[in-house]
Amino acid sequence: MKKIIYTLLLLFPLSLLAAGNGVKLQSVDIDLDDFASIQRGAKHYVTYCLGCHSAKYMRYKRIAMDLEVDEAIMLAEIAPEGANIYDQMHTAMNARDSKKWFGVIPPDLSLIGRSRGGDWLYSYLKGFYVDNSKPLGVNNTVFKDVGMPNVLWKLQGTQEPVIESVHGQDVVTFLKLQNDGTLSAKEFDTMITELVNFLVYVGEPVQLKRLQMGKYVLFFLLMFTVIAYLLKKEYWKDVH
Amino acid sequence: MKNKMNECTNWVLERFPMSKLWNEHMAQYYAPKNFNFWYFFGSLALLVLVNQFVTGILLTMNYKPDAKLAFDSVEYIMRDVNWGWLIRYMHSTGASAFFIVIYLHMFRGMIYGSYKRPRELIWIFGMLLFVCLMAEAFMGYLLPWGQMSYWGAQVIISLFSAIPVIGDELSLWIRGDYVISDATLNRFFAFHVIAVPLALLILVFLHIIALHEVGSNNPDGIEIKESKDPWGHPVDGIPFHPYYTVKDIVGVGVFLIFFATVIFYMPELGGYFLEHANFIPADPLATPEHIAPLWYFTPFYAILRAIPDKFAGVIAMGGAIVVLFLLPWLDRCKVKSIRYRGGIFKKALLLFVISFIALGYLGMQPATPGYTMMARIFTAIYFGFFLLMPIYTHWEKTKPIPKRVTEEPDVEEQYAAIVEAFDEMTIKEPLKTSWGATAFPVTPNKSGIIHVTTRLLKKLKASLD
Repeated sequence: MKKIIYTLLLLFPLSLLAAGNGVKLQSVDIDLDDFASIQRGAKHYVTYCLGCHSAKYMRYKRIAMDLEVDEAIMLAEIAPEGANIYDQMHTAMNARDSKKWFGVIPPDLSLIGRSRGGDWLYSYLKGFYVDNSKPLGVNNTVFKDVGMPNVLWKLQGTQEPVIESVHGQDVVTFLKLQNDGTLSAKEFDTMITELVNFLVYVGEPVQLKRLQMGKYVLFFLLMFTVIAYLLKKEYWKDVH
Repeated sequence: MKNKMNECTNWVLERFPMSKLWNEHMAQYYAPKNFNFWYFFGSLALLVLVNQFVTGILLTMNYKPDAKLAFDSVEYIMRDVNWGWLIRYMHSTGASAFFIVIYLHMFRGMIYGSYKRPRELIWIFGMLLFVCLMAEAFMGYLLPWGQMSYWGAQVIISLFSAIPVIGDELSLWIRGDYVISDATLNRFFAFHVIAVPLALLILVFLHIIALHEVGSNNPDGIEIKESKDPWGHPVDGIPFHPYYTVKDIVGVGVFLIFFATVIFYMPELGGYFLEHANFIPADPLATPEHIAPLWYFTPFYAILRAIPDKFAGVIAMGGAIVVLFLLPWLDRCKVKSIRYRGGIFKKALLLFVISFIALGYLGMQPATPGYTMMARIFTAIYFGFFLLMPIYTHWEKTKPIPKRVTEEPDVEEQYAAIVEAFDEMTIKEPLKTSWGATAFPVTPNKSGIIHVTTRLLKKLKASLD
């Protein structure tokens, strides 16, 4: 038991940043006011991610309401075939199979935007490179020995690492495009931005509302404080 | 009709001392008239307490204290419950706000000597409140059942097993299992929502009753009861209601502006109020890379880590809180307020504040050898402030204290001086704009800034003597 405490204490150092292994992250331009971008992101998510990763706290109806999409359009164009508008975003893959195929159950991504942050997701999705020593043939710059294949390789093309020796250690400093994908580099960046935009929105759907409400609340409180101050002055006139 | 109403009121008043209570604690409770900024935090603590009670009760209506359901139920509150997100953010932000307010409230007590005779018991009740608050915050943090909830609790409870002989059995007894589990979650829920809040309520009651028995201290640290008018009221006192009720409402307004800014614009506050890793469900098989206590525990956590021996570390962490209890008896100086105390105390207090903040920072950093060394130095200063107090306060050269409370300029009176300092630091030169109007662009004045800063520093240095 005491050994456990000691190891735990050693593990305890706090870092407020999500673990990034010291890799510099690329920054993503998140714009939650751009509903069209989030909608396209939702479409990408359903097409490329939902096969393995659920977002079980999110309902299709909620997305339709928040992004001002007609429910019929939502079902026809974004949600997978056969989904009900009240459904949560469940994956069709069952946990036993995924455990067999990948060794782990692919995590639910409802809150990945909050735990990892947009920049990490952006860098991660763009950070796959060919590494034939790995079972899936790929590795990742921000997630070492990742257990996920690069599902977007057809769009992005494959990347090979440029390895340099820094302080005596081999470090991937740069990723070079090996084969072209169906999207240009710029188109791919836009697509990933849309996908990350969607994930950041899904992490906390209410942020659209809360940012909007904030200014009214603050305006009210400001007025309240001014009136309270004048009232205080009036009462305190006779205190000497 | 009016007669009937009066009869009703009288019926109640004959049986319950409502107006007597109101008068004793509000309308005829005389508080010193010279309360300043530092005196807002008592009423603000009460406000935050009420906020935590109300939002907490609403949260329990949808929260499920079950290892399988807890995390999901919190997300359910955040997404599907009407206004659930607001209630949850008010509760989570309220927890941090509580500690900010309480730390400032305690600091007020330290600078104006509010713990000294005859207010020792108020300080003791207050310290008990602080301990309860820490227990409440610690147990509440387990409930969302995220990774940090889980592993934070795992680390802190395993500290108990550092106690010789009974340690392992004790931590097992606290957890109700060999690891943090459903059993732990359920008992923490029980403590968080009923046992500790009840203790808090009773202690708040005792804290206020004890305060109203001896009367409030003030920035001058003199007893207003010593100079009374012919009717027996303190000349420097004013009835708490309406004077301080209206004044505290202004404080409430300003506080709520900050509070709402956090809730609506930055509920995670960069990971300080809600940690990023806590958005991952608890996983007993995956230890996170970094396990972090929330910011309000980090000074004590840094002390724990600074001591090389585990058990000694636990003792030191506990001791850091125990010494605060002893403050009224460690301080041998008769003068209460920092305004009339000797330079040695002021310097010691400044060192204490620096070491507390530094320990708070170090508690968040990885324990590298350099940081650990620094934590040891600051731990020594922290304890030195308290344990050497009987010695250095004995030699203190105090200033004469006034008979009556002194007046301080209020914000509006200071306004002119602030404008003057601003003018000194900037240059305003009339400039003809292209369309013929005269503009006064404000540019910083280097020598003016240096002048004002040196004056400020000199004043600061003088105030430390």
